[in-house]
This record gives sequence, C-alpha cells and structure tokens, in this order.
Amino acid sequence: MKSDENGQSSAVWFLSGMRGLFSLPAFILMLSFVGFCSLTAQAGIPPEQVVFMTGMVWALPAKVILVSSMMSGASLAAAFFAVSLSSVRLMPMVAALIPELRTSKTPTWLLLFLSHFVAITAWVFAMEKVQAVPRDKRVAFFAGFGITLVVANMVLVGVVYHFVADFPPIVAGCLFFLTPIYFLASIWHSARHPVVYIALIVGLVAGPLFYWLVPEFDILLAGVGGGTLAWATERLWRRRREIGA
Amino acid sequence: MTWQDGWWAYAFIAIAGWLATDIWRWLGVIAGNRLRDDSEALNWVRAVATALVAAVIAKLILYPTGVLEQSPLWLRLGAVAIGASAFFLLGRRPAIGIATTIATLAAGLWWLGF
Repeated sequence: MKSDENGQSSAVWFLSGMRGLFSLPAFILMLSFVGFCSLTAQAGIPPEQVVFMTGMVWALPAKVILVSSMMSGASLAAAFFAVSLSSVRLMPMVAALIPELRTSKTPTWLLLFLSHFVAITAWVFAMEKVQAVPRDKRVAFFAGFGITLVVANMVLVGVVYHFVADFPPIVAGCLFFLTPIYFLASIWHSARHPVVYIALIVGLVAGPLFYWLVPEFDILLAGVGGGTLAWATERLWRRRREIGA
Repeated sequence: MTWQDGWWAYAFIAIAGWLATDIWRWLGVIAGNRLRDDSEALNWVRAVATALVAAVIAKLILYPTGVLEQSPLWLRLGAVAIGASAFFLLGRRPAIGIATTIATLAAGLWWLGF
C-alpha cells in the first residue's frame, strides 16, 4: 500500500517536472535553440542531423563547436578533442548535482542515464528547484523536467528549421544575449551557499583573464583556478567568523 | 569521406558529439556518488562548477558571435550594468534583471542603426 502511494506521487512529481517546460529558463533555452537552428541552416546541415544532434549531444556550447568542426572539415579526432575540451565542465556540474538528487537507494544506472539531460539550463533549474521537492522524489522531478526539455527542443528544432529566414539583426542579437544574462541572474538568485556568489564573481573575471593568457584551456583553468580561489576565500572567512564568534 | 555522406554524418555526431560530452557526465555521476552533500569536497566542486559556468558567461558577453560581434563592447557591458542595477534595486527578481538588460541592448542596437 505504502509503495503504491509512493509510486503515485513519483508520477505526480514527474509531471510537476514536466511543467517546468513552461518556465522562464525553458523559454529562454528554446529561443536559444531557434538561434542555433538559423546557425545550422546557414551551415547547410540537414534538419534530420540537427534533430539527431540535439538529442544526442544536448549541451548547446558543445553543439556549436561540433557544427563549426563539421563546417571546417575537421577530422573526427580533432572534432572529438575540441568537443571534449568544451564539455569537461559537465563533470563538476553533474558531480555537484548528484548529491542533491539521489537517496541512498537510487541506482547508479539511473543516475548515469539521467546525467545525459544535464546541460547548463537544466543544471541551473534543478539546483534551484529541487530544494522544494522531497528528497525521494527529486529524481522523478528531474527526469520529468530533463527528458521533456530535450524532447521539446528536438521537436522545436525539426519544425523551426524550415522557417528560419534571416532574423532582423536586433532580434538575433537580443536572442544571443538572453543566454548569458539568464545564467547570470538565475545563478545569483538561486545560490544557497555563500561560496557560489564568490565563485560567480571570480569566474567572470578569470574567464577573460585566462582567455587572454592561455586561450586553448581558458574555461578549464578559469573553473579550476577560479573555483579553488573562491572556495579557499570562503573557507577562510568561515573559519574567521567561527573563531570570532 | 566528408560529413555530408549519409550514415557517416550520424557516426561523426555520435562519436565527436555524444561520446565526447556524455563521458564527462558519466565521470560526474561517479565522482558525485562519492560526495556527501554536506562535505567540504562538495563545496569545492560547487565552486569549480560555478566558476566554469561564470567563465562561459563572461566569454559570451565579451566575445559574442554573429550580429553582436559588430556591436561595441561598451554597449554590452552597459546593458549588463543597467540590468544588474535593476536586479539588485528591485527585489532581485531574475525576470526584471533580464528584461532590463535586453531592453537596454535592443535600444542601444537600434540607436546605433543595427
């Protein structure tokens, strides 16, 4: 009887995750995918391949790099290397999310499957919303949101591809700018740990700094170097406050 | 063989796209499974993940592609600064910060004759 109740309410939380499709972040991501569509249409990549790519790769920055590798006729190894390098950030993102999602009973295969649906938007959304979800329903909630978001964007890409004429430049420019601004506002808004504010500010400065110093590994170095600096700073402050109190 | 040739394009996307991204997600699951949700190690991972995303954000603002490549840096930074002021002054609601930034950018682009 008890397991029936749980089963039912997991379905309810899955549906509640699905409703996340009608949220500001999902809307902004879909606008970004419209922008991606016009990029691939201009590159001459057939729509079936764009839909396939959306489902298989999912992370938008990785897809942009994949498309530019395909266009420049890069070898498979070179494209693999470039996309891998841009996607290293997925590892700490997933690693930070998993302890928020799982319970001691969550099977690892399920987490491996669900990790496919992690990209920046789903990560920001999940880190913010799962706090309000009972722990044993968080996996269902994330599955509902993540799977729906991927499928909806595959459909969107398949449909919109045929209609993307050239956008007026102001619209195209604003569509592009929505993505970084949304990430910025929602990370600040959803931060529940002081270290996140510091890491956000340090990362914003470290990104361009490392791009200027070592452009090939900028994001990676800004993340590991900037993140470690932010962590050490926050830890030092916390220690001081504990001693002071 | 080039990427236009039927099945090869799908194999190319699967290997250079899917495998190259999901490998990191799987490693993240393995690493995340070992972290307690109140540990200092998780605090470090959280800081690194946030700083990585912040670096991506900064690059998108400073070095955009497409139409914005031709827009002046002061306009993009100005739009972010005005949006951030509205965000902090008006109750820290993301929608307000985002709408103000985009409206400022759109007005600036229009004024510059884009």
